[in-house]
Amino acid sequence: MPEHDVLVIGAGLAGQRAALSAAHSGASVGIISKVHPVRSHSNAAQGGINAALNPEDSWESHAYDTVKGSDYLGDQDAIEIMCREAPDELLELEHMGVTFHRNPEGLLGTRAFGGASAARTYYVADITGQAILHVLYEQLMKHSEVHRYEEWFTTGLALDESGHCAGAITRDLRDGSMELFKAKSVILATGGNGQCFRPTTNALICTGDGISMAYRVGAPLMDMEMVQYHPTTLAGNGLLITEGARGEGAHLYNALGERFMEKYAPNKMELASRDVVSRAEQVEINEGRGFPDGTVALDITVVPRKRVHEALREIVNVGRDFAGVDITKEPIHIKPGNHYVMGGVKTDVDGQTEVPGLYAAGECACVSVHGGNRLGANSLLDTLVFGRRAGAHAAARASDMVLNPPSEALLADEQQRIGELIRRDRGAARRVSELREELGTTMDRHCAVFREAEGLQTALDTIRRLKEEYQGVAIDDRGSVFNQDVLGAIELGYMLDCAEATAIAAIHRTESRGAHFRTDFPERNDEEWLKHINLTLGGEGEPHISYSPVTITQWQPEERKY
Amino acid sequence: MADYTLKIRRHIPETGDAPYWAEYPVDLEGHRSVLDGILQAKDRIDGSIGIRCSCQAAICGSCGVRVNGRARLACNTKLSEAAERADDGAITVEPMGNMPVLKDLIVNMDAVHWKKVQRVVPWLLPAGDPPEREYVVPPEAMIDVTQAMACIHCGACVSDCLSMEVDPLFIGPAALAKAYRFVGDPRDSQDEERLRDLAEDPHGIYDCTHCFNCIEVCPKGVAPMDQIMRLRRRATRDFDIKDQNNGYRHEHAFTSIIRKKGTLDERKLLQDSFGVLRPQGQLQLIRSLPTGLRGFARGKITPRKALFHEKLPGVENLKRIYDHAEDHHEELNLYIVGEGGENGAEDGQAHPRVSDEPAMAETPKEGS
Repeated sequence: MPEHDVLVIGAGLAGQRAALSAAHSGASVGIISKVHPVRSHSNAAQGGINAALNPEDSWESHAYDTVKGSDYLGDQDAIEIMCREAPDELLELEHMGVTFHRNPEGLLGTRAFGGASAARTYYVADITGQAILHVLYEQLMKHSEVHRYEEWFTTGLALDESGHCAGAITRDLRDGSMELFKAKSVILATGGNGQCFRPTTNALICTGDGISMAYRVGAPLMDMEMVQYHPTTLAGNGLLITEGARGEGAHLYNALGERFMEKYAPNKMELASRDVVSRAEQVEINEGRGFPDGTVALDITVVPRKRVHEALREIVNVGRDFAGVDITKEPIHIKPGNHYVMGGVKTDVDGQTEVPGLYAAGECACVSVHGGNRLGANSLLDTLVFGRRAGAHAAARASDMVLNPPSEALLADEQQRIGELIRRDRGAARRVSELREELGTTMDRHCAVFREAEGLQTALDTIRRLKEEYQGVAIDDRGSVFNQDVLGAIELGYMLDCAEATAIAAIHRTESRGAHFRTDFPERNDEEWLKHINLTLGGEGEPHISYSPVTITQWQPEERKY
Repeated sequence: MADYTLKIRRHIPETGDAPYWAEYPVDLEGHRSVLDGILQAKDRIDGSIGIRCSCQAAICGSCGVRVNGRARLACNTKLSEAAERADDGAITVEPMGNMPVLKDLIVNMDAVHWKKVQRVVPWLLPAGDPPEREYVVPPEAMIDVTQAMACIHCGACVSDCLSMEVDPLFIGPAALAKAYRFVGDPRDSQDEERLRDLAEDPHGIYDCTHCFNCIEVCPKGVAPMDQIMRLRRRATRDFDIKDQNNGYRHEHAFTSIIRKKGTLDERKLLQDSFGVLRPQGQLQLIRSLPTGLRGFARGKITPRKALFHEKLPGVENLKRIYDHAEDHHEELNLYIVGEGGENGAEDGQAHPRVSDEPAMAETPKEGS
């Protein structure tokens, strides 16, 4: 049975960065991923990565933009760390081999992005996430001392008898065998839970595995009500059109041909923060100024054609292949769509959760640097800075302790639980796919851009009913080799935990802040709600709600205008 | 609602049964993808169908399969187009080629693809310590290697590579494209070592037979064969690395004959490719005599043709094309096709030189 100083679960940007950093600190490292690392959803980050690298720019300016973008819910100590460390992180990636865009002088070049007061987004065409992910994987191939467990699925975390995280229970997808991995420190880097929503820009693998597993072993979740709807996604399938399109100068129009952002953000226009733009679009659509398919138009034809082909190549392909539109010739119809969860497993600035030995980084974590709304191109930065910090801290922790292995009984219990699920007769139970579909449409209907008490309660009631139905869920595949059916059933369990946390926190926060807009409480209420909502697993499955203060260092809350 | 039938190649290893075909009806509109169809069959009929998939947007590279016999991403192949190309109405979906099948549509990419990627030393090898700031490099160089960076490792090119079918040891299109990503990167200090290594390996850059399959099946416009040709050109031009197959001489002979005569003069092609003054070339010329004699016997070569090869009328126009291409000495590339000015990017297709066939396959229907 595998044993490592540091075990990383998830191999997107945060996970790979954490693994490399832990290995660099001298730890023996294992990295587990349910998909091959280059399939990770970090691929989908198109636009770029923010860093105040230019001498005219400053980390303070980047931090202020992030604080303002977060609607003052972000913790400013963490934001300061992220923005200060961004330039070095960016340069390290460049030195590793990321093929960042250059300006005519051969230096790193930038593009503009939403909610930012300077052009500080560094990029590789519109495949920035993919390029960084692949270069990190090059480093993993180079550093063979990092043990890779590719296509291994984690079914639960393992605690030792003193309640410290000391490993994980996993299933090798290739043959269905299960293992208890032992580790002194465990880092969750499993990404977000966008699959709770339908449609979503998120990949099928984004099922909130780490968020749920941490919650189940007692780690608090924070800011789960904060769910980002991206302003430019395709209607129907939810595919993402990068914010880089607007960064390059594209405009938004309603069906009357009005450039409606003039009304909502006269200064920043299309480059206001995402929550602001998404809300503006949704108002236009709700008030009948959208197109019949419930969309508004994104006009990229104003961007020079050469520039589109050079910098927005992937969007040309997405338009052509998935919408039948040549974006260099005509506008493309878009709408706000589920994209990112700002909340996640509560961590400190070194990635430590409240369960000793358990860390989290990337989208599954909530440091919180994004607060109520994440700025575009800050998520790659978050994964890398806090992935690196978590890896280094976890390695340091491991270096001066002896492993206290978790009980083997955990493995036996888990084998039995999964074996029963595989063998269970269907009876009258609905299929996993039906439950998943109902969950997704419910969340998209009631926990989206605009929310109110009644709808949120409907969502929570539905989730609770689905949770009950889930107890009897049965699958078709009885095999052991690549049994994706049982994987899907376990993932649905993770998704239901995440969705429940989102609905409960959203009901609880009776104000509007960032991405969380309550039509029944349309104002921000700093007196009562300048605080994080924390959810911890309680008795009878009912979460325990508590609060933690927002850390303010130098930026007092102000009215937010773009 | 249109109805489609997917005919999926099933293989469930633990049963010990041979692979078999199973048909699944799909109830989706034609603009939806083959992957949507497979997922519907999985969701509604049989959850045990095995296929890797994740992003559904042609960026994660998971869902490489063969649709109607050609390697594709299931997620960016429309049902309507696949149905048009299907032989008997049923869209066939089977695992990719050149890689062992693990279950149903899932192949073992580690055993083939990733092993080959590992073979090309797939990480940047800069000289000395990194600079304090970024490496200063020409912007075109970064755009240039971005074409190879755009590879999502879906395995489509590996699947349909004819050379690899004959020589499983061939390093192959994807891994060699990956190699170009470093050779073309000005920050890498090991160009010569990398090129020498890949040229001297009998399964290296000269093992490609220019069949164009990799270019046609690549869903991302990486054009792996072009990257291989660039590796060859760099090897010969920059480091005078000997091409054991005379490939460079052959290419040179070919283009200069066409330039002069407008049509191919096989007699001269043989001489120039092998080199009449090279002892090795003379040997190869003698070895090719039987081929020439067979040509005579079948009337493909006549004494007149062999002795007096004629220029094609209008060959001066051809020369103008050559001159234009040389003046612009810029290689066509995914990320700079838009710069061509006049009509370089007209079709928006990744690779201008093969725009007809694959472009048709990718162009969405009106009003979809």
